[in-house]
Amino acid sequence: MTNDELIWRIAGGSGDGIDSTSQNFAKALMRAGLHVFTHRHYPSRIRGGHTYVEIRASDEPVKSRGDGYNFLLALGDSFARNPKEDAYYGEEEVKPLSENLDDLREGGVIVYDSGLLDVDEVENFDERVEENDWHVFDVNLRELAKEHGREIMRNTAGVGFTAALVGMELDRIEELMREAMSGDILDANLAVLQDAYDLVGEEYHVEHDVRVPTGSHDEEQVLVSGSHGIAYGALDEGCRFIAGYPMTPWTDVFTILTNLMPDVGGISEQVEDEIAAAALAMGASHTGAKAMSGSSGGGFALMSEPLGLAEMTETPLVLVESMRAGPSTGMPTKPEQADVEHVLFTSQGDSHRVVFAPSDPIECYEQTRRAFQLAYDYQIPAIVVYDQKLSGEYRNVPKSFFDQEPNPDLGSVASEEELAELPHTEGGKFHRFQHDTEEGVSPRSIPGQKGGHFLATGNEHNPAGHISEDPDNRVAQVDRRNQKLDTIREDLADESHNVVNGDDAADFGLISFGSQSGTVDEAVARLNENGDSVKHLSLSEIEPFPYDQVREFVESVDETLVVEMNSSGQLRGHIQRRLGTGEETFGSLLKYDGNPYEPAEVVEAVQHELGSVDETTSRTRLVTPGDQV
Amino acid sequence: MSAFSAIGSGEEREVDQNEFTPSIEPQPTWCPGCGDFGVLKALKGALAELEKDPEEVLVVTGIGCSGKLNSYLDSYGFHTIHGRSLPIARAAKLANPELEVIAAGGDGDGYGIGGNHFMHTARENHDITYIVFDNEVFGLTKGQTSPTSPMGHKSKTQPKGSAKNPIRPLSLSLTSGSSFVARTAAVNPNQAKDIIKEAVTHDGFSHIDFLTQCPTWNKDAKQYVPYTDIQQSDDHDVDLGDRRSASEMMHEAEDALYEGEVLTGRFYKDENRHAYHEEKQERGDFPSEPLAERYFEDGDWERSYDYIDRHA
Repeated sequence: MTNDELIWRIAGGSGDGIDSTSQNFAKALMRAGLHVFTHRHYPSRIRGGHTYVEIRASDEPVKSRGDGYNFLLALGDSFARNPKEDAYYGEEEVKPLSENLDDLREGGVIVYDSGLLDVDEVENFDERVEENDWHVFDVNLRELAKEHGREIMRNTAGVGFTAALVGMELDRIEELMREAMSGDILDANLAVLQDAYDLVGEEYHVEHDVRVPTGSHDEEQVLVSGSHGIAYGALDEGCRFIAGYPMTPWTDVFTILTNLMPDVGGISEQVEDEIAAAALAMGASHTGAKAMSGSSGGGFALMSEPLGLAEMTETPLVLVESMRAGPSTGMPTKPEQADVEHVLFTSQGDSHRVVFAPSDPIECYEQTRRAFQLAYDYQIPAIVVYDQKLSGEYRNVPKSFFDQEPNPDLGSVASEEELAELPHTEGGKFHRFQHDTEEGVSPRSIPGQKGGHFLATGNEHNPAGHISEDPDNRVAQVDRRNQKLDTIREDLADESHNVVNGDDAADFGLISFGSQSGTVDEAVARLNENGDSVKHLSLSEIEPFPYDQVREFVESVDETLVVEMNSSGQLRGHIQRRLGTGEETFGSLLKYDGNPYEPAEVVEAVQHELGSVDETTSRTRLVTPGDQV
Repeated sequence: MSAFSAIGSGEEREVDQNEFTPSIEPQPTWCPGCGDFGVLKALKGALAELEKDPEEVLVVTGIGCSGKLNSYLDSYGFHTIHGRSLPIARAAKLANPELEVIAAGGDGDGYGIGGNHFMHTARENHDITYIVFDNEVFGLTKGQTSPTSPMGHKSKTQPKGSAKNPIRPLSLSLTSGSSFVARTAAVNPNQAKDIIKEAVTHDGFSHIDFLTQCPTWNKDAKQYVPYTDIQQSDDHDVDLGDRRSASEMMHEAEDALYEGEVLTGRFYKDENRHAYHEEKQERGDFPSEPLAERYFEDGDWERSYDYIDRHA
């Protein structure tokens, strides 16, 4: 926990502009030279309810939310108001304050809108303020905004007030406002911003230590989420067809790509259900386009059918699975990593697919490109699994990272000239599914190509595609399809995205995947600084399973703790199943309360396992090796 | 040379319907006397008369006896899964509108498990032809009651007789938005062929409820004889372009079917409505050239980097 960072939390009601305000502020901080990381918490309702966004800003690179935060801007929830009462807020009146105080660090700052919130209604407020040495600023932001026309601009007032309190210039914020709006609205917002800023100097006494750090980037940065990474990766890999059905949080990547498709000559289709969505992606892919679909847990369940068909017909198919807390509808706006087994095992029969679990926007971009490459080179379904956290959190990435060459290559598709040379049945039917092929891959043809016609079928089939239950053919086809995963594993080994961080010589190992990887990295760095010796394997490739890498890591330590956001230890189960390793060396750290880990929670759990702390206090569950999950 | 030289080569030639017959033919596994033979024959005839190159045709089928249609037809084929032929066919047409896309399935496949896709494909008016083999029974799973089985139909899964009204495919199709709706029967191969030709050339979603007798599970093999072609009959006056008139005619045909009067022919045709991809194109939401073609050209490809400022 350091003080050379600002972790600013803006809290209010859904629909009050919390999200857009925070994104602009994050961008302003980024443009001022800082590294930023956002964390978004919101309820499954459109207007009202408690929502917050946290922005962590530091002059050092950040890849996780922090432990708690040090600046609260509490705006109040305008949609909770009950017009029949004198009070504006009914039961939800002080939530922006009461719901957030537990995580506010000692010495932190509270700015609340006294036009909407009343601290007298928060239990033990004064005592807690004194106990924690908080610096409280009450300011009527609502009134300030109304003076310039519109109450909704209290967001802007809050940002101006914040800037003054943490010592930040207004120029970046003003610049962003000019980019986003114009005319009277811009003028009014600029005026509110300035008034709120000036107010601090005129009427408030500032004596806290929370300041915006100073930093500078070597190059231009962009603010992106994991969903942007996936969308951009898909686009650069030549994806020009996307089909989907809205479902949080998958909708993030769906809408980003939908927005881009008309400009790049692509097609986006919102369809009747997820079975159709995945089937459309397959239909487009079969017909010669690079295509993608995706969903979140419940919708992905429906894709089980087309997924199997894609494997059997060897149609390239890229799917995104954006996990949220389940089972069933679960907690629609809360992250969890509990669909790993769902993604690995969905679909009947001996089915195979490639599964990547990227951990940040850069990996999202790279793994999505690889998913496309493998799907189209090897004619196999590839799934990118991530979660609500990574989908909606933003961070800065050097803009130059995205300056990459596109790759619209259709992989294993043959040209008409090549088709003419390839084996055909006597009557002219193309042997689309030859038994003996290099690496298990038989060249494809695309409908409309001369000399390429064949039958694709979800039944077992012979080389020309005709339904066949001949035992010899069956074995040859299954063996060939199975062979693909081994070849892919070899392909991936050379440029693996699985990374080991920490102390190489450590006897204690952590394994995590996806969105939690950055948090665990931060925890590991802190543990090693404090004298504990640990290392961390971040798994980004789930299938084909990287046996050698994982085995080597597990064998190099005495104990391994698998950190994941679910209650059943799915990643741990997968690793143990793959390695055939006994339970005695594996422990689990599990969290499933709807919130991602904070680094301190991981630190505490490891210290507990190492014997340096007795109790763990967070809402996590620690399972010691030898115990059942 | 185009990457898809089977499509629109401009070359005029006579196409023999035998071009659509696989030379090493898998023997159809349909039962003797099955109406499905009639669909296959009518389809081959129609495509040949339309001078379609077998390699510019993609036939997408579902599961069931009907699903094997493309196994016995030499063209590009995609035998998919139960009920899902339409979403796959739709996307194939969108990815390459120059391809001739035909979807087919049975009454269980199309009106049961795939009913939702049927409704939405019709609504969107994709330029594809959809042939539903309607024999009022599940065939390949051995005779269970289907969505078009009459009320009271007894089967191993409905031993006391079905208490459900049958689906009314024509009315359902019209209500959902199909721009061409027809019914034909395997027992009339000439009418069937003509209707398929008309459906294939129609610009929009063409739905053919194709009555196929099932001599094995619906014992009366001649269940759709005698039939009346409403276009050939003086007793029926149909205004094809008028929804209300078409609707009435459909209701008449659907009421009569289970009483033994088989009315076939064209029931509705909307020639003014744009096909889905054209509608999208007008909105600036659809590419000007087939997606599929683009991958074979060495053109410039847009990069995410060029669009990044819009989002980030």
